[in-house]
Amino acid sequence: MSTPDAARPQAPAASAGGQSDAAARAIRATRNSRRWGSWYVAEHRFRVMRSYAQTVLVTAIGNPVIYLYAMGVGLATLVDGNLGADAVTGVDYLTFVAPALLCSAAISVASEEFTYPVMLGFKWNPVFYGMNASPIQPGQIINGLVISVAARMLVTCGLYFGFMLLFGAVPSPTGFLAIFAALLTGMGFGALLMGYTSTLTEDTGQLAMVMRFIILPMTLFSGTFFPLDLLPLYLRWIGWISPLWHGTELSRVFAYGAVEPVWLSVVHVLYLAALLMIGWVWARRVAVRRLNK
Amino acid sequence: MPDPVIVAQDLRKTYAGFAAVDGISFAVERGESFGLLGPNGAGKSTTMRMVGAVSTRTGGSLSVLGLDPDRHGPEIRSQLGVVPQSDNLDTELRVRENLLVYGRYFGLPRAQVARRADELLAFAQLEDKAKAKVDALSGGMKRRLTIARALINDPSILLLDEPTTGLDPQARHILWDRLFRLKEQGTTLLLTTHYMDEAEQLCDRIVVVDKGAIMAEGSPAELIRRYSSKEVLEVRFGSSRNSEVAERLQGIGDRVEVLPDRILIYTGNGEAELVRLTDAGLHPITSLVRRSSLEDVFLRLTGRTLIE
Repeated sequence: MSTPDAARPQAPAASAGGQSDAAARAIRATRNSRRWGSWYVAEHRFRVMRSYAQTVLVTAIGNPVIYLYAMGVGLATLVDGNLGADAVTGVDYLTFVAPALLCSAAISVASEEFTYPVMLGFKWNPVFYGMNASPIQPGQIINGLVISVAARMLVTCGLYFGFMLLFGAVPSPTGFLAIFAALLTGMGFGALLMGYTSTLTEDTGQLAMVMRFIILPMTLFSGTFFPLDLLPLYLRWIGWISPLWHGTELSRVFAYGAVEPVWLSVVHVLYLAALLMIGWVWARRVAVRRLNK
Repeated sequence: MPDPVIVAQDLRKTYAGFAAVDGISFAVERGESFGLLGPNGAGKSTTMRMVGAVSTRTGGSLSVLGLDPDRHGPEIRSQLGVVPQSDNLDTELRVRENLLVYGRYFGLPRAQVARRADELLAFAQLEDKAKAKVDALSGGMKRRLTIARALINDPSILLLDEPTTGLDPQARHILWDRLFRLKEQGTTLLLTTHYMDEAEQLCDRIVVVDKGAIMAEGSPAELIRRYSSKEVLEVRFGSSRNSEVAERLQGIGDRVEVLPDRILIYTGNGEAELVRLTDAGLHPITSLVRRSSLEDVFLRLTGRTLIE
């Protein structure tokens, strides 16, 4: 996951004259930051995450246990008991729901890490301005955020997948690829959220609205707990535009070999990758605008 | 031989038709301590941001260390230390961590940053606060930490935007002492302030800025000599009587300024003027003779006081 940092520096203009020593030193001194600046910003985020590492770990371990048990064991008993052990798209309910829960976990990491740290950096504790006063560039600040969230999401999804294995919810040998489908889901949705959050100069409840009116309905109507086909046609569009639906369907292909045309799997990947790129570029542009006043 | 590290010529910054900086020119020599003095809204901070390569100029030319901020922003910033007007320390990190993280932005190796962080904590007299939370620091300590952070890359130029605004007198003096040491070590300082005493303490040379333009330039002593008298006699007759009395002050002092709360009489000899005043039958409620300051220069140049 690399994006090109800003263009390479050019040699100082001829006007530099007597300053060429200082200018040459400056250019030398900036080489590392130009190349690795995004990682330095990620390093900052990791250090901050360390201060709430316990929360990260407890949710990363607690969530899969609770959800897989409640849905995959509790609700599944009811579903499988009434409909038969292969009634939901040909598999038992636990196997059906687990990949969706995995993707939802990625979405919940995204909705945390792509909102408050962005508000914080631009507004509440404007550390982005501090970074921007160093050789770090606005685009690198956004890149660093993306890198750090991707890392946390990978850990969360990896642990989640581990519990899915323990619950016996992954019949397919390609199951581990569901981790990356979930990562793409979380990052695709998260990048858009980051783009939107970066435009907020004040949080007067917008983020709470996003949680309530976008993330919650998305979780319920993305083929998460029941196949999208069960929804009336006029509601299915929610699924089609939902990154969670695309990610979940892709995860199911990997986790238990759910049957869908190959072109549709390709669409899932392209759709999520497109969201990721759009959100990423959007946030980078806003960062340049906000930090260069 | 002059060796300017910052050269601004006809520098402009316009926001939606409003000229925050309206064609200012100055040059700062290496090792010099240079001040931008002016009231709030004069364009000082905007100028600082342009020099700091975080604000694109609308017009004019600007060179910092021989580089153009438009093309070499990161290169210029790698050589600067920036102390912004309001602290943007990371409150999620501890005191020493703030320095460690910041040093990494400059691409410095971890071991070097760690060593430098310890030196700077000592310099900022914050050694025993290394593990404290930033929010637990006093205002003066936070400023010192911000200055320490700005020094992590051993900058050629230190930019300080209103470094002591909001601090109590004791904290200001500690800070001035630290800045004075840097100046002695040869660090180039560019600072903005609306405090005259700060400018007089720290600056070799000053430009007085008002409404985005430069009103005067020189050393504090030169400016005072050029635009004010040696001494000032301040008298108060009560706010209702000041302007009435002022009319009877013809011929007293070199120049008279009437402010709402007091009258300033510019003169070479304050005590002598006070005697003349009482001889003329005028008896102020309070009187004070003091040396002229940059405040008087500013008043003379703009007809306004610096802090309104």
